[in-house]
Amino acid sequence: MNETLADRNNFTVRDRLKSMVRNFGLPRLIIAGFLLLLFIAAPFVGADFWTQISNTINRFSWNAVMVLAMVPMIHSGCGLNFGLPLGIISGLLGATLSIELGFTGPVSFVMAVAIATPFALILGAGYGWLLNKIKGGEMMIATYVGFSSVSFMCMMWLLLPYHSPTMVWGLSGKGLRTTISLEGFYDKVLANILQINIGNLSIPTGTLLFFALLAWLMWAFLHTKTGTAMTAVGSNPTFARAAGVNVDKMRMLSVVMSTWLAAIGILVYEQGFGFIQLYMAPFYMALPAVSAILIGGASVNKASIGHVILGTFLFQGIVTMTPTVMNNAIHMDMSEVIRVVASQGMILYALTRKTEVTK
Amino acid sequence: MKNESFGKKILNFIGNNSVPILFVLICVICIPISGFSASYLINEIVTRMGRNIFLILCLLIPIMAGMGLNFGMTLGAMAAELALILVSDWQIWGIPGIVLAMILSIPFSIVLGTFCGKILNMAKGREMITSYIISFFMNGIYQLIVLYMMGPIIPIKHSNVKLPRGYGIRNSVDLIHMRQYLDNLIAVRIGGVKIPVLTFLIIGVLCLFIIWFRKTKLGQDMRAVGQDMNVARDAGINVERTRIISIVMSTVLAGFGMVIYLQNMGNIATYSSHSQIGMFCIAALLVGGASVDRASIGNVFLGVILFHTMFIVAPKAGAMITGDSMIGEYFRVFISYGVITLSLILYETKKRKSKSLVGQQLAQAQKDEEEKA
Repeated sequence: MNETLADRNNFTVRDRLKSMVRNFGLPRLIIAGFLLLLFIAAPFVGADFWTQISNTINRFSWNAVMVLAMVPMIHSGCGLNFGLPLGIISGLLGATLSIELGFTGPVSFVMAVAIATPFALILGAGYGWLLNKIKGGEMMIATYVGFSSVSFMCMMWLLLPYHSPTMVWGLSGKGLRTTISLEGFYDKVLANILQINIGNLSIPTGTLLFFALLAWLMWAFLHTKTGTAMTAVGSNPTFARAAGVNVDKMRMLSVVMSTWLAAIGILVYEQGFGFIQLYMAPFYMALPAVSAILIGGASVNKASIGHVILGTFLFQGIVTMTPTVMNNAIHMDMSEVIRVVASQGMILYALTRKTEVTK
Repeated sequence: MKNESFGKKILNFIGNNSVPILFVLICVICIPISGFSASYLINEIVTRMGRNIFLILCLLIPIMAGMGLNFGMTLGAMAAELALILVSDWQIWGIPGIVLAMILSIPFSIVLGTFCGKILNMAKGREMITSYIISFFMNGIYQLIVLYMMGPIIPIKHSNVKLPRGYGIRNSVDLIHMRQYLDNLIAVRIGGVKIPVLTFLIIGVLCLFIIWFRKTKLGQDMRAVGQDMNVARDAGINVERTRIISIVMSTVLAGFGMVIYLQNMGNIATYSSHSQIGMFCIAALLVGGASVDRASIGNVFLGVILFHTMFIVAPKAGAMITGDSMIGEYFRVFISYGVITLSLILYETKKRKSKSLVGQQLAQAQKDEEEKA
């Protein structure tokens, strides 16, 4: 009797475990396990644990906002925002114009955000209008909208009349450099607020708080009437339309939000990284953000703030840990390969899941 | 009355062929500005036709099967590069080397193509974005093989292929003993223009094959699948299998095409040759007036000529206009991406329009029925 009970318990536990694995997804589990392994292995191969942790947290703080930018479009059923570079470009315009106009120090960051905002709103509105025209084919077109806008801006960075000597090529006096140092402008401006340093561990509190603020706003928005309507549009457009929700308007709003968050995201990234990267640099920036949120547990039509936080942490953890740990362990830098396979594999996994395609 | 319909016809023609017409305009404006001589231009274009057409033709088969633009053709290119790296390490040169590389690329292509086809079957309705991500994913695996496994696991002997550290392949593998062997085997010079007859003959054979293939049972099946998967399934066609076959064929042909491409170039950029190839081939095809669901051999030829004319003249013309050669470089990249974006948008809007048209017709028919009753 007791035995059968134990058996049954065992069975249910195994069953529950199985369903947990199914819900969590095998690739996700592998990636999380791999990261855990890296953290355990780190001290044994001579990499300092706390340095690794603070590197991961730092990179988390740089990238989290860009991953957050994925949330609104997933909620409204527009799929993964492969057009993230469009928002990034608005951010870059804000960044370069803020410096061009002569702002320095922390003010330049505020101004960069302020200048980037109208660009993001206009470009986002155009992009949203386009995506409303081509419902069902969003992801492929988003990818190519991103690519064309980046390559278009490549010409613009050369042609626009920038003059600030910190940004243009020294020799010819015109055309922006490929990388622009932010020293004296907004380098680490958020990270330095309330920064915590204990031995090798350093936590960029300000950046994390900034992300927390945006994440909280996003969470709060998703619980307002408009936010709920947006989620309704994503999960069942026909039902939403029947309930009197303007589907196109909701989708447009989500795209604008996503584009604006991408613009802010790149500015946060720059302040952590210390450089503005122009030209082809934004080209592939959508892919890490997309795979990060997917690793966190989101799917093509479902995402939450928790997915953003978990996903960014896992993804950036792997990006920062693999080079050092692998290098020390087997003297072979396979980090690039692992990063590509893990992140693209994750996107592939999400794309092949059966989800009702919203039309 | 007749004039009006003629005008309408012209408008329709322009509407249906907006991309090629735009390109003709770009070329017409840029050619005089660039200042290239006619013989130089023709020579370049003929070379590029020989180099690229085979690769682009491989895109036709998945389009026939309704799977859209096969961004996964990169997989075939990778297969060809793997084969060429091995062949050049075995030091088999000249025509035998090229033929051997083609044969060797077949098994690689089949494996990769089957993988790609299986994944695409799991992602019906979003084949293009999926095949696009597959090409990135496989690029990671390709790097794993070429950078780490070639040497310790797959024997590589010669130091001109291998990296000095003892494993992995150099950034650039020299194919000097294969360079343009295929093109020069039967080459004719007409007024300073070199025509690689053999390469064009091979392309011609492939064109004939595609025309013939369309009429076979399998080709008809593919078209049926491309029209409507459910109807095809009801008609007893194994939809999944047909789709996999179309991708495998495309990948194998892309492998052959890449060998032809690389023997013309004369060296392999081990880690980057394949990464752009898909984008340029797809852009060229679309420039020729193809769309996501319809493409012909004529589109391929027209596309190659227009796209590569733009590609040759744009940097020079850009430099002449703005005084900065980089502008032209960026311009042609922008145009390549812009064309793909535009074609995708046109295709999706057309699809939606026809869908709503069908809906309206259905509603009208229903209404008529009701009125009758």
